[in-house]
Amino acid sequence: MKRLLLFSLLFPFNVVASDTDYTLTIKNHLFQPSQLAIPAGEKVKLVIRNQDSLPTEFESSDLSREVIVPGHGEAIIYLGPIDSGTYQFFNDFNHSMQGSIVVNNATGKGN
Amino acid sequence: MLATAVILFREVLEASLIIAIVLGASRDIEGRGRWVMGGIGLGLLGAGVVAIFANIASSVFSGDGQAILNAIILLSAVVMLTWHNVWMSAHGRELSAEVKAVGSDVQSGQRPMTALLIITMVAVMREGSEAVLFLWAIATSGEQSWDMVLGGMGGIIVGILVGLLLYAGLLRIPTRHFFSITSWLILLLAAGLAAQAAGFLNQVGWLPSLGNGVWNTSGILNQNSLTGQLLHILVGYIARPSGIEVVFYIATFLTILILMRTYGNKPNTAAKTT
Repeated sequence: MKRLLLFSLLFPFNVVASDTDYTLTIKNHLFQPSQLAIPAGEKVKLVIRNQDSLPTEFESSDLSREVIVPGHGEAIIYLGPIDSGTYQFFNDFNHSMQGSIVVNNATGKGN
Repeated sequence: MLATAVILFREVLEASLIIAIVLGASRDIEGRGRWVMGGIGLGLLGAGVVAIFANIASSVFSGDGQAILNAIILLSAVVMLTWHNVWMSAHGRELSAEVKAVGSDVQSGQRPMTALLIITMVAVMREGSEAVLFLWAIATSGEQSWDMVLGGMGGIIVGILVGLLLYAGLLRIPTRHFFSITSWLILLLAAGLAAQAAGFLNQVGWLPSLGNGVWNTSGILNQNSLTGQLLHILVGYIARPSGIEVVFYIATFLTILILMRTYGNKPNTAAKTT
C-alpha cells in the first residue's frame, strides 16, 4: 500500500484525474478527430498528442488557446466551462490543418 | 515554399509592427537605435534559449509552462509600453519643440530606454521562439527541402518590410499630430496585449474566463484573415473574446489613459518652471 502511494506520487496526473480527459491526435498532418465533442459548462482536460515529426501550434482564436506541441510530443490544456456552440481550431504552423470543438448540452455529461 | 513563407511572415509580423510603433513613437529620443538593436539581439538570444528549452525539457514546457511564459512576456510588454507612453506624454512635447535646454531628466538617464529595450526584446522573443522552433523542425526533419528554408527567409523579410513601411508612415506624420497618434497606437497595442495575456492566464486556470464568446464577429471579420490579424496585433481585435479578455482590455486602456492624463501633458507648467 505504502509503495503504491509513493508510486502514485510520482505520477500525480493519474491521481488528480477528476477532470474528464479528451484526446486530440495529430497524425499525417491531420487532427483526429477533426470534430471533438465536449460537454457544455464543464472544465475539460484536453491532451494533444503529436505523432508527426513536425511541431504543431494548436491554436484557437475562438477559445483563446495557443500551445506548441513538439514533434512526437504532447501538450495538455484545459478548456471550459464553455457555452454550447462550435469553436474552430487550427495549426498555426499549417493553416490547412483545421478542426472544431463542438460543445453541446446533450453530449455525455460525466462521460 | 509559399506556405512556409506565409507562416514565418505571420510569426515575424507582430514583433515587426510593435518595434515599428515604438521606434516611430520615440523618434525624437536620441540614441534609441542602440537600445532597440540591443533589444532585438537579446530577443533573438532569448528566442533561441526558449526553443532549445522547448526541445529538451518539453515536459516542463508543455502546456502550462508555455502559457505562463507567454503571459509574463505580454504583461511585461504592457507595463513597458505604459511607462513609455506616460513618459512621452510628459516629455514628448519638450523633445519635439526642439527646446535643447530641456528639463534635466530628458538629458540625463531617466529616458525610457529600458522600456524600449524590454519591449523590443520580449516582442522578438515571443514570436521568434516559435519561428525558431518551426525552422529548426524543417531543418532537422529531413522531409523538407531548401525550398522551404528559402520560403521562410522570404516570409521573414516581407514581415520586416511591413514593419519598416509602418515606421516610414509614422515618421511622415506632421509633428502637431504626432504625439496624439503614436500614443493612441501604443495605448491600443498595450490593451490588446493585455487581453492576450488574460487569455493565457485563463488557459492555465489562474483566471476565470467570465464567459466565452461575449460576442462573435467572425462572420464580419475573421481574426485569422490578414486584415483580422493586423487588427489583432495593432488594436487587439478579437472576433470571439472571452469576458476576461474584454475586462483586461478595458482596464488596461483606462489605466494607461488615466496615467497619461495625470502625469503628462502639462506643457505650460513645464515651461514656467524652467
